Amino acid sequence: MSAVQIDTATVDGPVTPGGGRETTAAAARRRLSKPWASLFAVVLAVLWTIPTLGLLVTSFRPATDINNSGWWTVLTNPNFTLENYETVLSSDSSQSLAPSIINSVVITIPAVVLPMFLATLAAYAFAWMNFRGRNVLFIAVFALQVVPIQVTLIPLLSLYVDIDIAGTFWAVWLSHTMFGLPLAVFLLHNFMQEIPGELIEAARVDGAGHVTIFFRLMLPMLKPAIAALGIYQFLWVWNDLLVALTFAGSSRDLAPMTVALLNLTGTRGSQWFLLSAGAFVSIIIPAIVFLSLQRYFVRGLLAGSVKG
Amino acid sequence: MQAADKLVGMVVALVAFAVVIGAILLVVHLLERRGARRVAWWFIGPTLLLIAVGLVYPALRTVWRSLYDAAGTSFIGLGNYTDIFTSGEQLVVLRNTVLWVLVTPFVATVVGLIYAILVDGAKGEAAAKALIFLPMAISFVGASIIWKFMYEYRFYDPAVENNPNQIGFINQIIVWLGGTPQNFLLNSPWNNFFLIAVMIWIQAGFAMTILSAAIKAIPSEITEAARLDGVSSLQLFRFVTVPSIRPTLIVVLTTIAIGCLKVFDIVRTMTAGRYGTSVVANEFYTQSFSAGNQGLGAALAVLLFVLVVPIIVYNVHHLRKASR
Repeated sequence: MSAVQIDTATVDGPVTPGGGRETTAAAARRRLSKPWASLFAVVLAVLWTIPTLGLLVTSFRPATDINNSGWWTVLTNPNFTLENYETVLSSDSSQSLAPSIINSVVITIPAVVLPMFLATLAAYAFAWMNFRGRNVLFIAVFALQVVPIQVTLIPLLSLYVDIDIAGTFWAVWLSHTMFGLPLAVFLLHNFMQEIPGELIEAARVDGAGHVTIFFRLMLPMLKPAIAALGIYQFLWVWNDLLVALTFAGSSRDLAPMTVALLNLTGTRGSQWFLLSAGAFVSIIIPAIVFLSLQRYFVRGLLAGSVKG
Repeated sequence: MQAADKLVGMVVALVAFAVVIGAILLVVHLLERRGARRVAWWFIGPTLLLIAVGLVYPALRTVWRSLYDAAGTSFIGLGNYTDIFTSGEQLVVLRNTVLWVLVTPFVATVVGLIYAILVDGAKGEAAAKALIFLPMAISFVGASIIWKFMYEYRFYDPAVENNPNQIGFINQIIVWLGGTPQNFLLNSPWNNFFLIAVMIWIQAGFAMTILSAAIKAIPSEITEAARLDGVSSLQLFRFVTVPSIRPTLIVVLTTIAIGCLKVFDIVRTMTAGRYGTSVVANEFYTQSFSAGNQGLGAALAVLLFVLVVPIIVYNVHHLRKASR
């Protein structure tokens, strides 16, 4: 490869298309004999896109076509329909996934709102109030992020049976709230600490109580942080399978989309016309949230990497 | 239950929550007016209660439960743990978990790193990155369905003329190349790699995004100095890029490794752990909820905990370095 030779002609450093100075990676890429590098990148991008594209195309094909020929044959023999989506979304078909879509929504909204609000309250106390055992408790909450939820499922389930909320949305909401709290408290606490202490002191001197400070000062200033975490929790809950499977089961009254889709993969071979359309309905909502708020989310990714 | 009922139920629950929290805060507000100073417990109380009930107590009970037999009646000490490390079935589970944890982080990170370098500063960088990043936005269940369709197999007999059309893309490629289609998800131990491919497909985008940001943060003075010294691009990569992003590389590797240790959704959706593809997190579910052996299930959950903790501690340590 030519890259091994020392290329003195490039010492002056040509400028990148963007106009700025080159980064190391740009330099490396340029010297890796460019056509090959570009080709390789394109091949990777195609490889990464084909699986999704295949199922997307499939979701618009008639059920008989799906089972008799590959999705790539639409290039020579295009035949599309919206029937699969109609079946999945209709409210009266027995094959409809509409109930599970509703369940996903009903599960997700409280499972995001509850932990976010409780965590903001707790984080405020940990950051700006003095009380005995503050540090010990905070470290304990931080450390509890590492507990894998598997460890908690069965005792929680029997607890829910005891207090008679097993098989209701409450079991799912409460579980997501409990599992989401440690990370949310920890991250919001970090954000809160960045707020200058003089602001809070000034408010205290003016006679404002903690409740007033919390609503008037903290919530408005923390909006971006709460939004970022809220998106993270939203994706976590919407895409969750384990918690839903354990506490909502497969009942049509409770099971969210992930569980409904899982059940479709198991029964009577795979009904690809339902699966493909159903999968894309379940993907499209988080994808929209994700792409429109990507900037917030990427920041939260690393932070979330600690979660157990 | 009708959709409207469910939505109403949800709104009622939200209102109930708001009323309870509102009442608590009102009490605190009134207490403060009267000059009370110690109100912190009202703020952290709900969170501490939920964490204690939802995490601490169940975790302790699970540890205790793991020392009992399947029915939960007789104490068998570490019997369940000996089972995990001696029974043939459980050893396959452990082997698969090791495979996941060793292969996935490495391959996903290498792919992500190469891609990040290749598209860095190129035209259409944002779009190119979005393509690799998109699988991150798809649920594990959705990704598994997408790949199950890629692997789909239709019965094929090489001795017969009229075989049915393959509808899975990978098998069709094999047919085009003159090979015999395979039932990818059935043949152990190779099927494990086809499941792992799904995780790589998802995690490469994560690796790419984080590493790309780290690469862009390398000061250009360092690069330019290296270039003035006349180093080749491979040397630049080896001696400048990689050492500069080393803390980030470690965080990415360990984060993906943690994800692999706890992988459940993919295995559940692709094979439900059959055909020798089960992993610890899936086996926990199977033993606890379908095989009726809650003792073994509990032990597997505790094992998961024990395996995850050191990696997370290591990760947190490097995360601090990386964010400095």
